[in-house]
Amino acid sequence: MKKNRRSFLKVAGLSVFALSSGLGSLAGEAKADVAPGKYEAEPLGRKPLAAKRWAMVIDTRKFKSADDYKPLIDACHKEHNVPRIRGAQNAEGHDDQEIKWLWLDKFDHAFPDEMNEYLTPKIKAQVFPMLCNHCTNPPCVRVCPTQATYKLPNGIVTMDYHRCIGCRFCMAGCPYGARSFNFVDPRKYLPEQVPNPKFPTRMIGVVEKCTFCVERLDKGMMPACVEASGGRILFGDLEDPNSVVRKALAENFTIRRKPSLGTQPGVYYII
Amino acid sequence: MYNKTAVIAGIVAFLVICSSPFWCGFSSDSYKKPEIVTQKDKNKECVEDVAFMRAEHMQLLNEWRDQALRNGSRVYVNAKGKKFDISLQNTCLKCHNNYEEFCDKCHKTNNVEPYCWTCHILPKGSK
Repeated sequence: MKKNRRSFLKVAGLSVFALSSGLGSLAGEAKADVAPGKYEAEPLGRKPLAAKRWAMVIDTRKFKSADDYKPLIDACHKEHNVPRIRGAQNAEGHDDQEIKWLWLDKFDHAFPDEMNEYLTPKIKAQVFPMLCNHCTNPPCVRVCPTQATYKLPNGIVTMDYHRCIGCRFCMAGCPYGARSFNFVDPRKYLPEQVPNPKFPTRMIGVVEKCTFCVERLDKGMMPACVEASGGRILFGDLEDPNSVVRKALAENFTIRRKPSLGTQPGVYYII
Repeated sequence: MYNKTAVIAGIVAFLVICSSPFWCGFSSDSYKKPEIVTQKDKNKECVEDVAFMRAEHMQLLNEWRDQALRNGSRVYVNAKGKKFDISLQNTCLKCHNNYEEFCDKCHKTNNVEPYCWTCHILPKGSK
């Protein structure tokens, strides 16, 4: 069987066309919904809380010490089955591998852009709460190779742990240290009866962070820390001029963490 | 043809080895559907009908996950118009609360190991 260049190219061209058209239709099929039903946002019973851009204002003047923040951290970590690895009794030297969604640090660590050498003794002694800033330009979303971290239309930066491959690019990308990697199986550090049996845990090898309680907002509830703060943390729509956060921002001088990086954090601090 | 015997013997051996799973399959017992305990209340209806759930539950779960996490659509309205909260842990496992006799039995028979339970909490409420 002799083939010349012309007949080879003809067959090759036809094959490529046939394959690509066939594959194209297959790919379309794979993406189509399998379920015969429909999807709705309206939850059963409660109205979801909606916003164009969720944001948080923390009134740090109303918190006196680290103990004041403890109920908030406990509420958050209980709600999401976050293990307590630092200082845990059964620790195997994993002190530096703690998981944190909401945590505390000193002023100069929280706001390194504020470079005043001489701070008031009060500010120096105070601790500040930190969480994921749910940036408008989130570097973690940009660097995630699997789209496991993504930004919702309402401004919340959240995660799909199913897709996380544990590459930790997001941890390198996040300038706020808001992401924690599960170096060990987190269930080892949770009680047999998990704090919130309605919420999953995470597994070894995925990254996790604060999600602004997106699953609670969708059910019409405020985030766990906001609920536990008793009005000291405000949460609302940044694009609605009448929202509590916009009112708080209009009445108080606020700062954000590392604003010079241009990530546009969504967590504001009244100092 | 050179080395006729060796070549033919090689081809025969190749065919036998390749088809051996079929020969072994013929002689062993036929596949039996595992006897699973679907749920306690027999009158309750699942999200979709049994045939669909049996064949497509994994795709349905994937779709539920994407809808809930990425679109914020946390309610599923089935073909009959009934509404369900989208949640493996809080909807599916409410009825299908016997993990060993429901999920595990079928998955083991079919030799699949889904790792749902490394994160999702099993019905008994513990990890």
